[in-house]
Amino acid sequence: MIPAAFDYHAPRSVADAIKLLGQLGPEAKLLAGGHSLLPMMKLRFAQPAHLVDLGRIAELRGISQVGNEIRIGAMTTEHELLSSKLLAEKAPLLVEGAGWIADPQVRYKGTIGGDISHGDPANDHPALMIALDASFVLTGPKGERVVKADGYFLGLYSTQLAADEILTQIRIPVPAAGSGWSYQKLKRKTGDFATAATAVMLQMKGKSVAKAAIGLTNAGPTVLKAREAEAYLAGKEINDASLNEAARLAMKICNPTPDQRGDADYKRAMCGEMTRRALQAAHARAKA
Amino acid sequence: MSQTAELKEREQKLQGMGTSLLRKEDARFIRGQGSYVADIKMPGMLFGAIVRSPYAHARIKGIDKAKALACPGVVAVLTAADLKPVKLDWMPTVGGDVQAVLADQKVHFQYQDVAMVLATDRAAAYDGVALVEVDYEELPAIVDPKKALLKDAPVLREDIVDKKDLTHGPRTHPNHIFTWEAGDKAAADAAFKNAPITVREEILNPRVHPCPLETCGCVASFNKATGYLTLYVTTQIPHLFRTVLAMLSGIAESKIRVVGGDIGGGFGNKVPVYPGYVVATVASIVTGVPVKWIESRIDNISTTGFARDYHGVGELAADKDGRIKGLRFTALADHGAFNSHVSATKFPAGLFSICTGSYAIPNTYCRVDAVFTNKAPGGVAYRCSLRVTEAIYLIERMMDVLAQKVGVDKAEIRRRNFVKAEQFPYTTGFGWTLDSGNYHAALDKVLKAVDYEGLRREQAAKRADPKSPTLMGIGISTFTEIVGAGPTKVCDILGVGLFDSCEIRVHPTGGVIARLGTMTQGQGHSTTYAQIIATELGLPASDIVVEEGDTDKAPYGAGTWGSRSTPVSGAATAVAARKIKDKAKKIAAHLLEVAEGDLEWEIDRFKVKGNPSQFKTMKELCLVSHTGNLPAGMEQGLNAVAYYDPPNLTFPFGAYLCVVDIDKFTGEVKVRRFYALDDCGTRINPMIIDGQVHGGLTEAFAVAMGQQLPFDESGNHLGNSLMDYFLPTAVETPAWETDHTVTPCPHHPLGAKGVAESPHVGGIPCFSNAVIDAFAHLGVTHMDMPHSAYRVWQKCNALGLNKR
Repeated sequence: MIPAAFDYHAPRSVADAIKLLGQLGPEAKLLAGGHSLLPMMKLRFAQPAHLVDLGRIAELRGISQVGNEIRIGAMTTEHELLSSKLLAEKAPLLVEGAGWIADPQVRYKGTIGGDISHGDPANDHPALMIALDASFVLTGPKGERVVKADGYFLGLYSTQLAADEILTQIRIPVPAAGSGWSYQKLKRKTGDFATAATAVMLQMKGKSVAKAAIGLTNAGPTVLKAREAEAYLAGKEINDASLNEAARLAMKICNPTPDQRGDADYKRAMCGEMTRRALQAAHARAKA
Repeated sequence: MSQTAELKEREQKLQGMGTSLLRKEDARFIRGQGSYVADIKMPGMLFGAIVRSPYAHARIKGIDKAKALACPGVVAVLTAADLKPVKLDWMPTVGGDVQAVLADQKVHFQYQDVAMVLATDRAAAYDGVALVEVDYEELPAIVDPKKALLKDAPVLREDIVDKKDLTHGPRTHPNHIFTWEAGDKAAADAAFKNAPITVREEILNPRVHPCPLETCGCVASFNKATGYLTLYVTTQIPHLFRTVLAMLSGIAESKIRVVGGDIGGGFGNKVPVYPGYVVATVASIVTGVPVKWIESRIDNISTTGFARDYHGVGELAADKDGRIKGLRFTALADHGAFNSHVSATKFPAGLFSICTGSYAIPNTYCRVDAVFTNKAPGGVAYRCSLRVTEAIYLIERMMDVLAQKVGVDKAEIRRRNFVKAEQFPYTTGFGWTLDSGNYHAALDKVLKAVDYEGLRREQAAKRADPKSPTLMGIGISTFTEIVGAGPTKVCDILGVGLFDSCEIRVHPTGGVIARLGTMTQGQGHSTTYAQIIATELGLPASDIVVEEGDTDKAPYGAGTWGSRSTPVSGAATAVAARKIKDKAKKIAAHLLEVAEGDLEWEIDRFKVKGNPSQFKTMKELCLVSHTGNLPAGMEQGLNAVAYYDPPNLTFPFGAYLCVVDIDKFTGEVKVRRFYALDDCGTRINPMIIDGQVHGGLTEAFAVAMGQQLPFDESGNHLGNSLMDYFLPTAVETPAWETDHTVTPCPHHPLGAKGVAESPHVGGIPCFSNAVIDAFAHLGVTHMDMPHSAYRVWQKCNALGLNKR
């Protein structure tokens, strides 16, 4: 399929990109890795008059630690996340999660910022961001603002990002030492979105859970934070009974859309199953 | 050097039959130097893009081209009205029906071709497509074939509502195409009446699509000055395609050239003549410039040759030990909107009556009812000879169902019913003469290789453990295939017999060019045919060039489908080579001044019996044949052409075994082991055979585990892109273990039978049998494909297996 005609812009700085967005107005779309936008354009579901390619803005790439915070440029590719030594050491959940995204070819082009900004509940990064308690730097004509991942996702393809803003950076507090992590994803085949997936960060104190953070992928119109399950687990030991209850509480908030992956019952059950398995795996990795 | 070593060295030099010669074609492909239709660029070429129907069933009230014609780059918009003057708005089908080239009055399936926009480049053509305004009045659609023959069902094909038959017997309903029967119904009914054990199961072969990596397309180039039409096209049947074009267009067949070029996979999807080819051809004739049309992936999956959609019912009658006494198989066949189902004329339901499989079954009856629905036409694609997958799926599933009812092991039920080695050639209840086989030996070899008893013990232990998170299933499939169509006395398409051909020219220095009527799509023909000639003529395979697909160069043949290349053209190759060898022998006798009877053949030369120092190598004879030093009256050259009409089809077989582990909580099926033993008779290139088996098993895995074309009640596609449609990658694909026995075909000059389709036909029931076997101890006798995690979980959930 062939997209409708569009003009292509390739600014070299965030400031230029923001200026372009202002000039071009609502007919402009930001192009990150393009692996969601371009297929929609080829099917002519999306027909933006202008594409503003962020791919040549060097300041939007890279992974670093500043104080107790990991900072990731929004145009950092999934492949770069996968090969980051810093992330492997400090935030391995992100590395594990990125490895479940699409396939190697897509991961060379797809970016963390694009994945988040698209606002698709089937994307993997939103749940990872929820579990990691990340914040996002949104840059616009009036400067920067920082918003929490929790609360950023408003609805299907809808986020707090304003039309004249760009998501420029992801900030992740370095998880407490000894935290366990896991991203469990059920998908039909390589490259598919999740039938259900759960991201978990888990801190243990002795035999009991000190803190659990749980994000659910593709379980509703946005990524879901499993608050009740998180609250329930605090102070509990991880055993069959607590896993079952946490899974039940996660399933309770699910409102999945039926599609070729399965009906709502199956997807809800799989959300519970992935939650259970993610908690188990995170528990096995956690050090008290 | 010892004599044996010297002989061995000479033989190895040829790289003939039996050696795993690396594929000659791959040097090009792995360097990206293939030449596919989409690569062709011609001066002044226009691009065609098709306007497709958003509805499965609708009346077309009007088509407004004005906005599209005003679009920069758009040259013309063709609709059915434009094709009418040249009488190409409809075209006859091989199945005795007619098919709309561009929708006339009505659309009958979603994505049906409605108009073609011609433009100076591809982007402009698609801009034009978006601007063609079609006024539709939506009509109720038939999606479920079971509803097609209801009294108050909407009439789909108003254009043929008065036709009492479509060349395959009387029609009983406007949506009915044909009813086909074989065997002896009265005898079968009597067997069921008297049998102590009967089993019955409803078994679906869902609608799937082979989804070749390269979609369909063509470049049509009509030269107004010479009246000569050249069509570069993705076709598995270039010569038959040319014949069809001549019939459709009225252009003399001698002025039409069809070129197959490199084809990126076919699997039967590239046998039919699609509307896009016809419209592009008309467009080139009208405009006088070349016209290119290339499908998108969604176009390919939505509109071109699908496979299956056979809604079967299997019934077996047996004695108390499970020895089968009768078989009744029926199927409701969804042929889509037009009967463009490709098959040999006398076989409207293909070779479905091979459904007795590998078993000696008396009292057999089968019947197929074909109906129209609001879905794309087709049905016979996908790596099997015309409904063989459907037939073998039914019998291999029913053997398991019978074993469970009788209470015997699934390997044992097969042993009790196999045709025995000493019974070959064996004529089945439906009249097929199975050429050769050794079924017991094949199954026993597999069972021993995998330690079948050990696997069953492990399974029993798992079943006894309520805490086991997984279910274990063991599937067996002992299939017999029917390939190599086929004998002209029973097999023709449009009156053209399904023989095939090979022309061999030997050059003075021993180089050889061979041209065949088949068409490779990745099967490795350049290598396999060269190896046959290498062994037959004693000339090295490396110097033998194989050409196919250009109708101006190659002799006539029926193309490549139904695993017919080796059984038919491979035979033609051997016959042509032997004609050359016979002539070479005469020359050798003349040169050595002996009688022909005094010569014997040894690898690459004729030598005088009892006087080994007196010999003439084939290479020497190649040069001499181009001189005047020949027997009196002999013409120069070493050339031959052979047209081979096979006396029978061939019947490859195999024994497959699959072990699966099923996650009770997610429904995911993991293939732990798959052991495939194939017997395709004489093996020409073991590496290529292994590759074919790997490919066929991977496609079988795809069909059994994930492929299906889903529709909603209005006939809208719900999964026609690779987002949903399952094409397994290296990640999903299990590791294959292959094995073989060799039972040569008695009627093929080389003893070869063909292999490409066996793993698909035999693999699909093996996967299904494994998945269902995992639930067999819970009384489950059947589950329909595809065995996706979702569907398997539903079974686990219904049985309460996923309770924590």
